[in-house]
Amino acid sequence: MTVFQKEEDISVVLCGEAGQGIQTVEAILAQAVKQSGYHIFSTKEYMSRVRGGQNSTEIRISSHRVASYVDRIDLLLALSSGAINHLKNRISADTLIIGDPQHIKSAKDDKNIDNVSDSNFIEIPLMETAQEIGGPIFANVIAAGALSCLLNIPKEIFDGLISDMFARKGSEILEKDLKAGEAGYTIGKDLTESEEGELHLSLQGQSPVRDELLINGTDAVGLGCLAGGCRFISSYPMTPSTPLQNFLASNAHEFELIYEQAEDEIAAINMALGASYAGARSIVATSGSGFALMEEGVGLAGMIETPIVIYIGQRPGPAVGLPTRTSQEDLNLALYSGPGEFPRIIFSPGNLEDAFTLTHKAFDLSEKYQIPVFILSDQYLADCYYNIPSLPLEDVENQNYLVKTNPEYKRYLITHDGITPRGIPGYGDGLVIVDSDEHDEEGHITEDLEIRTQMVDKRLRKMEQIREEAVAPELGGSEDYQSLVIGWGSTYWPIREAVENFNQNFNKKYPDKKLGFLHFKQVYPLHSSVFDYLEKAEDVIILENNAQGQLANIIKLETGFEIQEKFLKYNGMPFSVEEVEERIITFMGIINESSGKYDETKDAGEVLK
Amino acid sequence: MKAKDFDIPGADVAWCPGCGNLSILRSLKTALAELEIQPEDLVFVSGIGQAGKLPHYIRGNVFNGLHGRSLSPATGIKSSNPELTVIDVSGDGCMYGEGGNHFMHTIRRNPDITNLVHNNMVYGLTKGQASPTSQREFNTPLQVDGVFLEPFNPLAVAIALDASFVARAFSGDRKQTIEIFKAAIKHKGYALVDIFQPCVIFNKVNTRSWFREHTYYLEDDHDSTDRNLAFQRATETGEYPLGIVYQNPTKSTFEENLNVYHMDKKPLYRRKFDKEKLKRLVETKR
Repeated sequence: MTVFQKEEDISVVLCGEAGQGIQTVEAILAQAVKQSGYHIFSTKEYMSRVRGGQNSTEIRISSHRVASYVDRIDLLLALSSGAINHLKNRISADTLIIGDPQHIKSAKDDKNIDNVSDSNFIEIPLMETAQEIGGPIFANVIAAGALSCLLNIPKEIFDGLISDMFARKGSEILEKDLKAGEAGYTIGKDLTESEEGELHLSLQGQSPVRDELLINGTDAVGLGCLAGGCRFISSYPMTPSTPLQNFLASNAHEFELIYEQAEDEIAAINMALGASYAGARSIVATSGSGFALMEEGVGLAGMIETPIVIYIGQRPGPAVGLPTRTSQEDLNLALYSGPGEFPRIIFSPGNLEDAFTLTHKAFDLSEKYQIPVFILSDQYLADCYYNIPSLPLEDVENQNYLVKTNPEYKRYLITHDGITPRGIPGYGDGLVIVDSDEHDEEGHITEDLEIRTQMVDKRLRKMEQIREEAVAPELGGSEDYQSLVIGWGSTYWPIREAVENFNQNFNKKYPDKKLGFLHFKQVYPLHSSVFDYLEKAEDVIILENNAQGQLANIIKLETGFEIQEKFLKYNGMPFSVEEVEERIITFMGIINESSGKYDETKDAGEVLK
Repeated sequence: MKAKDFDIPGADVAWCPGCGNLSILRSLKTALAELEIQPEDLVFVSGIGQAGKLPHYIRGNVFNGLHGRSLSPATGIKSSNPELTVIDVSGDGCMYGEGGNHFMHTIRRNPDITNLVHNNMVYGLTKGQASPTSQREFNTPLQVDGVFLEPFNPLAVAIALDASFVARAFSGDRKQTIEIFKAAIKHKGYALVDIFQPCVIFNKVNTRSWFREHTYYLEDDHDSTDRNLAFQRATETGEYPLGIVYQNPTKSTFEENLNVYHMDKKPLYRRKFDKEKLKRLVETKR
């Protein structure tokens, strides 16, 4: 007899082939869950193909706020024969596997997955029902309906979302999808009421969640672009930066901006620099290899002191690497891109609020200092959704840094802080001359070596102010920590959740093992407080999604502090809460004597059998 | 206006005496003066090479960017502020070699810019190597067995892509060149002017007299709207036609196609940020 009981925090995973509509299920369920008052987090992992393969989406549904990836699967909805094998390392004795007989039968018979017995499987007539409605393409909506029913999501909410999503496909298709949803609800109802299996989910929904925002990392950056007054984006499609390009292109009419798909990344950045020179706030969006093509343009931005925001959605390299996976491998690339020496800023937001705020700030600072400003995101952050109460829209202000020129205007007039008031062509009576060669104050080509030195100094002098204005790292966990975990960018939530779990579980028992978490949202230049935070800790560990500890190296370079312990993951998947927690426990020297595994005080409320 | 209104007093011109660039510069100043275009409303965009230095010797706004990339910033500038007159000045190496991809795709976009390409069939700045337009059997320190690549035919490529204006000039003929420049600048849409010019130092084959002997002006009754005829003329070898080879006046420009200018012609820098719009968009995410 299967008894599945879950009250706090459920991890539902849907897995199927590309083209089966897993993303549709994700979109419907995420909205439905939120509208029902539950907190929601979703993340997807997928293969670089349009059809076939195995893709999965994790949806965490909880009574409290959730924003990070967990390995644990409480409920797996298998939509293809390969699904179970694809996820076998994450399936445990506590995982309930639901699927059509034809998709789960072989796994059920195979018995090659540890600790899993027949009672882990529940067969539902997914394909047969889909066939009755009109074909296998309806299996995804039936599955969504069944899950919604299990999650006690009111049918009206579900139907409303189906209508929103499929109305544009015509009344015939919409009707069939509503029917599919209905059939899914019937299947779900049978499961909760059946005699042989008993499924019981009793999450507590909270009404304020219904009015919260449900966005992903791409939306947050996109909204930050609009907040920053972005008027021009030229880019070349490349995963995982393409969604940001889609976001800006789809908002281009309303927000009066230009999106142009360039012939290559080289054209993209040069076009954007032209637009910026003419006064339009500009961005390019790309990923590692695409950015490698833009590097020459980064040097140009540095030399002609023309603002540009560069969004890099990181994925594993080198070269094409793993196109659809996540990584933090391009920090060095961004930091050292472009020939010569010139100032730059690199932001690495780790949550949705920061992704919005720092993108807005990127536009502001690139205009203020007339430099390239980077936003380092990655596939994980770009694609993951969760609900947040709001975005700080009231704080959004855009300062104008452009000046009207007069006939004596000099684009590179040497000033005490290195910043020359920026004129643009056509605004005023002066001429605006920019040159990729070394140039004099007017902007004309020169080989005067004294002017050369003055110009290098002028450009680099801006670094002083840029450093003073650096965004401080955020301290989480325990404030009076003995040990410190370091992370940057998208690892924010998995590390934060793991650190909070650790402190909650062990602080009482080990009062002298308090753990802090220092998250870097600006990775270059570093804020002046960094050294003190590090010095205060007895032990420091850094977590990065790369193989060499790129931030650790920058920290050493900038502060002289060498971080000894590193937990580096570079297989293309994000850190899960569990693996961070496990690594932290080892790092803190806590071993549960009896089992060799960690403490019994770990979260209660897991799947019971 | 006079040509000298475009002079930069004391400019340190780095070109060799007798260089075709000097005539091109003078012709351009005259053309702009005759068109009464103010330097403040002009942007010269260039890349790298001897031609790329031209914007430093003429009054106007300047974006002297990277080798081969000039058409990209030119497109960005024109599309962000269509009120500006944008002239891209490049050379055969910069435009047809390093920038070949941008050359093709800018023609497809058809921004309202003028693209002047100084074509001396050799690399000047890097001292005498083959350019994409170097002719077969041309010997250089790098092409020691002579060039055996097919010379790039910019006119034929541009016409194949249905460029909206395709012309060729010869720097030695100032009068005709000025007229071609004026037509190109006045033309609405992308205008290519490939300008034959001698390099007095590194090209001892395609000299001033060679160009004279191997070129002729298109007849007055040449129908420049006939694309097939234009293509035929562009692919002639032996003697090269000068003048406006092809025009397609029916094409809309890149800027005209941009939605951002459909209701409002204001350049982008003059548009105001609207927080209410952003708030409304954020509300839809609830």
